[in-house]
Amino acid sequence: MTPRDTILQVTNLTKRFGGLVAVNDLTFQVREHEVMGIIGPNGSGKSTTMNLISGALKVTGGSIILEDHDLTSLPPHKIARFGVARTFQLVRILPHLSVVENVIAGTAFAHKARWGAEAEQFAEALLERLELGDKKNQDIGSLTYIDQKRLELARALASEPEILLLDEWLAGLNPSELRIGIELISQLREEGRTIILVEHVMDAIRSLCDRCVVMNSGKKIAEGTPAEVLSDKEVIRAYLGDE
Amino acid sequence: MDILISGLLLGGTYALMAMGLNLQYGVARIMNLANGEMLVLGGLAAFWLFTASAISPLITALVVAPLAFAGNWLIYRYLLLPLVRRSKNQGQLEVDSILATFGISFALVGVMVSIHGEYITYSYLADPFSILGSTVALNRLVAFLAAATIGAALYIWLNRTYAGTAVRAVSVDTEAAGLVGINVDRISALAFALGGAVTAVGGTLISTFITLDASIGVIFTMKALIIIIMGGVGDIRGAIIAALILGLVETTVATVIDPGLTLAAAYVIFLAVLLFRPQGLFGRRTS
Amino acid sequence: MNSGEMKFLVIGVVLALGAASIPIVSDGYWLSIATTAMMYIALSTSWTLFSGPTHLIALSTGAFFGIGGYLVGSGMSDYDQSFWLMAIIAPVVATILAMLIGLATLRLSGVYFVIFTLGLAEMIRNLVSWVQNNFLGSRGLYVLTDFTEAHIYWMLLSVATIVFLAGWLINRSRLGFALRIIGNDEQVARHVGINTAWSKVILFMTTGFFAALVGAIVAPRYSYIEPNVVFSPQLSFLVVIMALLGGIHRLWGPLVGVIPFTLIWEAISISFPNSTTLFLGLSFLLIVYFIPNGFVGLFENLTGRMRK
Repeated sequence: MTPRDTILQVTNLTKRFGGLVAVNDLTFQVREHEVMGIIGPNGSGKSTTMNLISGALKVTGGSIILEDHDLTSLPPHKIARFGVARTFQLVRILPHLSVVENVIAGTAFAHKARWGAEAEQFAEALLERLELGDKKNQDIGSLTYIDQKRLELARALASEPEILLLDEWLAGLNPSELRIGIELISQLREEGRTIILVEHVMDAIRSLCDRCVVMNSGKKIAEGTPAEVLSDKEVIRAYLGDE
Repeated sequence: MDILISGLLLGGTYALMAMGLNLQYGVARIMNLANGEMLVLGGLAAFWLFTASAISPLITALVVAPLAFAGNWLIYRYLLLPLVRRSKNQGQLEVDSILATFGISFALVGVMVSIHGEYITYSYLADPFSILGSTVALNRLVAFLAAATIGAALYIWLNRTYAGTAVRAVSVDTEAAGLVGINVDRISALAFALGGAVTAVGGTLISTFITLDASIGVIFTMKALIIIIMGGVGDIRGAIIAALILGLVETTVATVIDPGLTLAAAYVIFLAVLLFRPQGLFGRRTS
Repeated sequence: MNSGEMKFLVIGVVLALGAASIPIVSDGYWLSIATTAMMYIALSTSWTLFSGPTHLIALSTGAFFGIGGYLVGSGMSDYDQSFWLMAIIAPVVATILAMLIGLATLRLSGVYFVIFTLGLAEMIRNLVSWVQNNFLGSRGLYVLTDFTEAHIYWMLLSVATIVFLAGWLINRSRLGFALRIIGNDEQVARHVGINTAWSKVILFMTTGFFAALVGAIVAPRYSYIEPNVVFSPQLSFLVVIMALLGGIHRLWGPLVGVIPFTLIWEAISISFPNSTTLFLGLSFLLIVYFIPNGFVGLFENLTGRMRK
């Protein structure tokens, strides 16, 4: 494998909530066209890390650099305009907008902004690709759970992100939906997108990720290919306890 | 010194009224903009009973409390709970409850104007009283002491009894409180009713030294809200200190500059809080 | 422009022309009611530009309207300026004030904004009275012009038309779209790249601008300006209620609410002058419990059902 350029550099990232340290001195890189997984037990700081990168939470210490831009203390809308797109742990679609408008929302304010007829065509093409084409005129309240997830993903993709953050995007899907979901993300991977995903579903981690960072109690305890980290003793201990 | 004493006395009564609204907003999650009208109703009751039968406002307070409790319970149960149930999210509930309590507020003002459109003023214990070398009206002192007693009782109730603990649990996390078997609707109704009763009693006390009228309630709602935001939502200690600060600042501005500027002074405080400590005096920055 | 928009444009032009001819066919009582209604149409529609998509109940109309009226009165009486100059200055002052208020409160929870605007008119009235009494001398403020009621009516009609055009343009623009996204989910809005605070502040400034402009134009109707009259908290609530009654999810919604409400309000003010507050309260309750989406919502529900 040829080494590729680092696109996101996270250095000594720390987040404190009062006395609680949710993310502790975390350092990792994400390279271009790479799918990187962040895994770890509940409460280990995975989602907090995503929220720090996307700007939903303010950083206490350390730095986040995307290409040449320092994102560390920027508000979320500026981070988004440098090309960071995200989905949410609990799916968040815009309930009073149409399906197409939900996707346009992703592109209209992004770094390569589109508007008007151009945005509409772009959004429809994207819906088509995510197999939502036949549902573009459907009432938004009648979308199934996986379709809502797809729509949220379409909104994130509409911004043509430099890096895409998927926060437990597969959570809550039933087994057959899960297969579709994993297939979808692996397509994104083949397109060469750069993705960070936080997941609990180990099958997805194994089949999708080039590399993983394992977190426990806010710290990085392992890093490597999925096979490497999942056989690491400390990782097993973190998941299963000391016995 | 005069300013300090009368400012603190005024602040003590403000604290009581803010405590009432804090219970309603912090626990029942209803931004009750009709709170000031409860206060005026409490004052109106004191005025009636005093002018008609020379009944002491302190006794009136004992009558006002259960009546206001019942009235506010009914308002919560039949007007606000349906809104809580129909709202899909907190934002929707916020808008609905603001509009509904505006409605209640105006309806109450309308009713009060039609029965007593003039000023609500009477003279009770308006004798001078000397304290720490400065002279204040006795009624201010009595009102302050009564407010302090009620506030202390409320504080003990919240911290030492089972029902009080349930109220605090709901204020911290509605959902989790429901999960551990607390009947959130009933506790919310209880907190709302209790809050209304506390505010109404505050009104009875305040009417002994401040002239009220039927449409002045909104000013008190405004002040109570500023106090709550300054103290931090749900924080009783914060609310007391905030109320004392507001009382002091208002008294200072009224004495030194102009009595017409007390609301402007409250706004300056409000702005300072919004700009520098939006999480409240003792609140911790969450993000 | 598609055919649906074309249709609306034609209806709009016909309505505006019809409205413009009212002073020719009637005068006196009905013209004065039409003028009042036109004032509320401009105010409610511009209020909805901000509060419709964001769901933030702004109670600042009375404050900005008062600034418009007061500055015209003060400028003409105290400083011998022309009506026209003051009618330009007043909205600019209100816009700057709206910006400052917006920047201070709109970055935080919506509740703070509502509370801040709740006492705003009263607070500014207190300040203005104090400044007037202590520094300017409490002389009366006269607004003496040659305007007839018809002139004022036509000016208000022009403002209302501009408000509609502005609203139409905003709704088609990225700013309008941003506001709709904010109203749906503010967190999502931030993460798709919207500067949510500024988007809200800009719309709030627009609302403040128009409210002050209307206040300035209406000032000659009073001839004698009293802070107690122009800084009316009640006006803020009337504007809110008329907009909600019509429906705030459509640009033309408030228009549908203003006309019947103005007529009823006038009738009640004359027949039961002591019951206006009670009526206001009951109207709020009626809307919240029975017509939460306004007349427009009712109408759309009905036609939706008929289609099924």
